[in-house]
Amino acid sequence: MPSASNRPPIMDRPSAQATALGVGAVIAVAGAAFLFTRSNRSSDASDAFISDAPPWTHRDKPKGEKGTLIGRSVTINRPRQEIYAAWRDFTRFPEYMDNVRSVEMIDQKTARWTIEAPAGNTVELVTETTHDVPGERIAWKSIEGSSITTAGEVLFFDAPAGRGTIVQLVMTYNPPGGTVGKMIAKLFQREPAIQARRDLRRFKQLMETGEVTANASPSARTSETATEARI
Amino acid sequence: MRALTWHGRHDVRVDTVPDPEIVNPRDCIIKITSTAICGSDLHLYDGYIPGMRAGDILGHENMGEVVEVGAKSPLKKGQRVVIPFTISCGQCFFCSKQQFSACDNSNPAETGDPSDIAYGHSMGGAFGYSHLTGGYAGGQAEYLRVPYSDVGPIVIPDGMDDDKVLFLSDILPTGWQAAMNCDIEPGDTVAVWGCGPVGLFAIQSAFLLGAHRVIAIDHYPRRLELAKSMGAEVLSYKEVDVRDALDEMTGGIGPDACIDAVGMESHGLSIDNIADTLKAHSFLGTDRPHALRQAILACRKGGRLSIPGVYGGVADKFPIGALMEKGLTVKSGQTHVQRFGRQLLEMIGEGKIDTTFLISHRASLEDGPEMYRHWHDEQNDYTKIVLKPEMAKGDVKESIREVEHA
Repeated sequence: MPSASNRPPIMDRPSAQATALGVGAVIAVAGAAFLFTRSNRSSDASDAFISDAPPWTHRDKPKGEKGTLIGRSVTINRPRQEIYAAWRDFTRFPEYMDNVRSVEMIDQKTARWTIEAPAGNTVELVTETTHDVPGERIAWKSIEGSSITTAGEVLFFDAPAGRGTIVQLVMTYNPPGGTVGKMIAKLFQREPAIQARRDLRRFKQLMETGEVTANASPSARTSETATEARI
Repeated sequence: MRALTWHGRHDVRVDTVPDPEIVNPRDCIIKITSTAICGSDLHLYDGYIPGMRAGDILGHENMGEVVEVGAKSPLKKGQRVVIPFTISCGQCFFCSKQQFSACDNSNPAETGDPSDIAYGHSMGGAFGYSHLTGGYAGGQAEYLRVPYSDVGPIVIPDGMDDDKVLFLSDILPTGWQAAMNCDIEPGDTVAVWGCGPVGLFAIQSAFLLGAHRVIAIDHYPRRLELAKSMGAEVLSYKEVDVRDALDEMTGGIGPDACIDAVGMESHGLSIDNIADTLKAHSFLGTDRPHALRQAILACRKGGRLSIPGVYGGVADKFPIGALMEKGLTVKSGQTHVQRFGRQLLEMIGEGKIDTTFLISHRASLEDGPEMYRHWHDEQNDYTKIVLKPEMAKGDVKESIREVEHA
């Protein structure tokens, strides 16, 4: 697994990193002081955070100007280049991203996403690819004036001992409607953290089995058909 | 088609529902010829398993004839197949390690979340066993959709009756894995708690794997009689103090390996659900969580504990001290059916394993609700019920068994 030494580049931006370390350090030092001795307060703040875990697992997640940070890792039992190539084709996102209705490439770098929002609405998002390192990393961010402000990247690492590839999806986002919008989205399960978890599971299914797993089967419920997936 | 559907506690009905269809390229559809009611189906029947929805089709011990195949299924129409209750993709990390019941892909993204939260990682998929395990329809019906049909189904040679091979779907490999997990050594005494189908197959398997003695524990006379007919010594816990008896029967050492084939199927998604489920169980059968505790205390120092019995929530007053201080090895888990199926099929073919002795009743799908009632209320006489869609309503066949005493 990637450790602190190869934190995703999204956190390498000085402002985000400084915020992350700053918030983490303040809380950690305050905690130590409370539990042990006041003299700890004078210790070097940059030493206070000792965990090797990626920043999106920190109890005090960095909240930079780009919005909430979310991240999710999944191990896929396929070679890294193959996984990278599949993700690189953005127009395939609707195959495994539940709330992405379509992705249209405007030019080599610019993509227009149509995303399903709560209560049957759709939101449009235009992103540009900011980094593309074959087999390693794809990063994107929303263009100026987009209704959703988001930046994300997907990172590919070799899993140990021939276990395939570790895929990490890292995003920051500012949902439309701020905190209220986020709560509504969560209620309708369109919240990005939940979506990311499920989308990665579907991507893994597709890569490993060639299919997106579906429980579609009959029931005595007249509201359902035998061919639709159901929760 | 006609199907047995769950509508709530003690409410199983026969409904007309849509036929299943091929959804993914690796799917197949089978026409069910035999489908059994499992002991674990009783916990759906009793309403203890969260994640059931009214209208769900039951049944995870299924076999039948292939009638339709997807573009990537290697099966052919007309082949007879037994379907493992676990749904496994064959390609994830876990399947490649032969840990098929831990399949990472078979539980869909939408239904994987509850067990992810409750257990730390989402469970694999299974047929007809709540939306916790994927929400797939079961096979107590005329037809069944089988995902990953290139991995699960065991093709049955012509001339082998359904009754001989049906239990390859669940209880036979479950009993086999229970005995495998005992790592049996020469001279070993294996104690088995519970003489239901899994316990009985575990007894049979333990002897095949070289156990010197097997001691079986239950209270139903009919089931203990079956255990005895397989060569086990038996204990009725209504007659004896089980731990005292086991110590005295093993020269004061205790059994080398202990199998808990009782289990306590309390699933829970949240603290209150778990607590409620535990309460419900303690009102219904106080001795059931007791079996695992007793097995830990009875097992010899450095012995092996195998848990095929299903647990779902959290346990109270668990003898963790005895477990650690005596240095027990614990192995458990849902069965990796796909790992053992073909080997066990061969052993059935060679006559080393017989499973037909277990079946006490055969009936039609239409009699299914009635059969659930019997299975729930009359466990001494109903040792295994097989439903056959081709049978006519009301045509219930009861096996008359002659049990040989060993």
